[in-house]
Amino acid sequence: MKKTRRDFLKIAGLSAFALGSAAAMGPAGALAASGGEGRYITSPKELKSKRWVMVIDTRRFTAPQDFQTVIDACHSEHNVPSIPGDQEIKWIWTDTFPHAFPDEAHQYLPDRVINGNFLLLCNQCENPPCVRVCPTGATFRNEANGIVVMDPHRCIGCRFCMAGCPYGSRSFNFQDPQPHIKNINPAYPARTRGVVEKCTFCPERLAAGKLPACVEASKGAILFGDLNDPNSSVRKALASNLTIQRKASLGTGPSVYYII
Amino acid sequence: MLELLLKGRPRFYLWMGFLASVVGLGAIVYIFQLIYGLQLTGMSRNVSWGFYISQFTYFVGVAASAVMLVLPAYFHHYTKFKRIIIFGEFMAVGAVIMCMLFIVVDLGQPQRVLNVLLHPTPNSVMFWDMTVLSGYLLLNLVIGWTTLECERHNVNPPAWIKPLVYLSVFWAFSIHTVTAFLYAGLPGRHYWLTAIMAARFLASAFCSGPAILLLLLLVVRKCTDFDPGKEAMKTLSTIITYAMCINVFFYLLELFTAYYSGIPGHQHPISFLFSGHDGHMAWVNGWMWTAAIFAIASLALLVPPQLRYNDKLLPLALIMLVIASWIDKGLGLLIGGFTPTPFETVTIYTPTFVEILVGLGIYGIGALIISALWKIAMDVKKERGTFELQN
Amino acid sequence: MLYNAKVIIPGLAIAVAAFTAPFWLNLGSPEYTYPKLAVPAAKEGTKCVEPKEWMRAEHMTLLNTWRDQAIRYDRRTYIASDGKEWSISLQNTCMACHANKAEFCDKCHTANNVEPYCWNCHVEPRGNN
Repeated sequence: MKKTRRDFLKIAGLSAFALGSAAAMGPAGALAASGGEGRYITSPKELKSKRWVMVIDTRRFTAPQDFQTVIDACHSEHNVPSIPGDQEIKWIWTDTFPHAFPDEAHQYLPDRVINGNFLLLCNQCENPPCVRVCPTGATFRNEANGIVVMDPHRCIGCRFCMAGCPYGSRSFNFQDPQPHIKNINPAYPARTRGVVEKCTFCPERLAAGKLPACVEASKGAILFGDLNDPNSSVRKALASNLTIQRKASLGTGPSVYYII
Repeated sequence: MLELLLKGRPRFYLWMGFLASVVGLGAIVYIFQLIYGLQLTGMSRNVSWGFYISQFTYFVGVAASAVMLVLPAYFHHYTKFKRIIIFGEFMAVGAVIMCMLFIVVDLGQPQRVLNVLLHPTPNSVMFWDMTVLSGYLLLNLVIGWTTLECERHNVNPPAWIKPLVYLSVFWAFSIHTVTAFLYAGLPGRHYWLTAIMAARFLASAFCSGPAILLLLLLVVRKCTDFDPGKEAMKTLSTIITYAMCINVFFYLLELFTAYYSGIPGHQHPISFLFSGHDGHMAWVNGWMWTAAIFAIASLALLVPPQLRYNDKLLPLALIMLVIASWIDKGLGLLIGGFTPTPFETVTIYTPTFVEILVGLGIYGIGALIISALWKIAMDVKKERGTFELQN
Repeated sequence: MLYNAKVIIPGLAIAVAAFTAPFWLNLGSPEYTYPKLAVPAAKEGTKCVEPKEWMRAEHMTLLNTWRDQAIRYDRRTYIASDGKEWSISLQNTCMACHANKAEFCDKCHTANNVEPYCWNCHVEPRGNN
């Protein structure tokens, strides 16, 4: 008696499972026939580079408006919120020489250097500590063009990358940023609270054949090009000017050079 | 064995009820944090880790300290410890769960935490931290529960327990080493970029963890007459003393390198911790000096045997040791790592009420778990007649 | 034979009734019809990225793949099953036509009790085509 009841239940369960999966398969199979997933390619207009780098001619940035134009271009295009206080978010900003280049600073530098401001942003390192520490791969390096990408969909907000970055380039959304975005740009997303963000070197603009927002707004004061192309504007600038990098001895391999 | 929780003295349930209300308060405050975001904490763009991560770090150490009982008992057959190992293992369970909770409440997108497992990233130390902590939790649960069940039914533990116990010894060292690696491999943080970080962590863990264990055992002895045994307590306090000596010595090594080398980058964090910046004291300075004084004072009471074995003085020494190590590994470690900022400036971090209340709630959960598990262990011993101290 | 039958049988009956409630509670109500959506006034020859029926079932899968391909692999152009090229962008491609969230996206989502959280970050389209 016991054995047959158990067998009955086994057969009933198996049939229910079989019927259920058949029912689930049916409609899905029919749909797949009409239309389906296409293919994905890099955008045809995309600007090509094996290693995007930036050369900032700091001599061209003297008035506050010089910096503000560039910062506003980036922050307004990318919906970067204006949050007062120390939970701020910034992708590109300015600071003084001793703060930006502590290893190169001394008291007797020329006036325009020791009292000047310098544009700071993510260095898009070749050997990025932030990528090394990210536990989910939300931030990773695109080996094809050298950009350190930030995927806010995957970020869990652990902020290990912020601890790892030696340049303080990353910001965290301590709150919902949308109320703090002045004029929202409908062509670009914002972020949600609880994720990290930073300068991206504008891959969406590069894919459309345009230079990054800050580069375009700088009217030539910021050069952007392929480090591996000896004929690029950046290589020419690097060959004919003395340039420095932030904390170069840490081995991060920054992609941002400063003509002093 | 869980049914043992259903029978107890009224004051046990009063204690659990009190803990539950603390947990409830923490949970409500956490809901506010979920709704409004981490802006409710004192963290900032420049000090992006704070109270939560510091508590996680401290309690990984406490969890690892169970090995200070297991190692002598299983490797060196020190039988006096066999009686109290279960309490160490169960304390480790509670501590690891607290660690995991401290990580979760620190996350900006906690519902995405499984991304760490869905998208494994072996180059990330944090990925490994999650792995080894989960493994350690499982190990201690399985070993503790199995050995306790066997004791209850008066049978020998199964043969597969031995390799798991040996594994847990190495695993204990690894969890805290991996946690130290979270800090010790970051190129921009001078206070943390030291090879001795893992060694400091282990030394600090092996004095503070057993100190907490011993204090809890003393409390339990007061409440339930369960006697861990004079010999066991003497040995444990000796282990604590050695570990604390090494802990303090390692910190002095850090001070030497920083100040003898004269490198500002090395000195700034420590100078800030103890004397503020720009001529202004910071709130953390008082805490750090307290930690330093308590550390020395606890050693003064622990090093001489007649003081260490003095039942009246031992709790005082242990409390001072726990406070000192908690300040050093809690506040000092985190604030020192982020101060000065990568720009050589100072951003002050002060934990908010939200952080403290959520933290207390997590402490409550840990205390609930440990109270429940310890009660089960003691009830089993009562059943078996091993509650009373035998020679 | 059945122990505790006095409790089990009524309990079973209540459980079955509860589990099947969505079916018998809705007996006699009108059949589910697709909500009326504000479909954009299509210009000559414009279609959606993929056929309507397919999109109805698979748009979330498509969007997830778009997200990964664009951000993680820098493949920002989609060649649809009919060969047409599209720029991968929720806000600039999909929302260029489906420009009113309340009249399009929300209609079906609300009816089916779905709350996608895309709009936590992506900017809601508020236009009207």
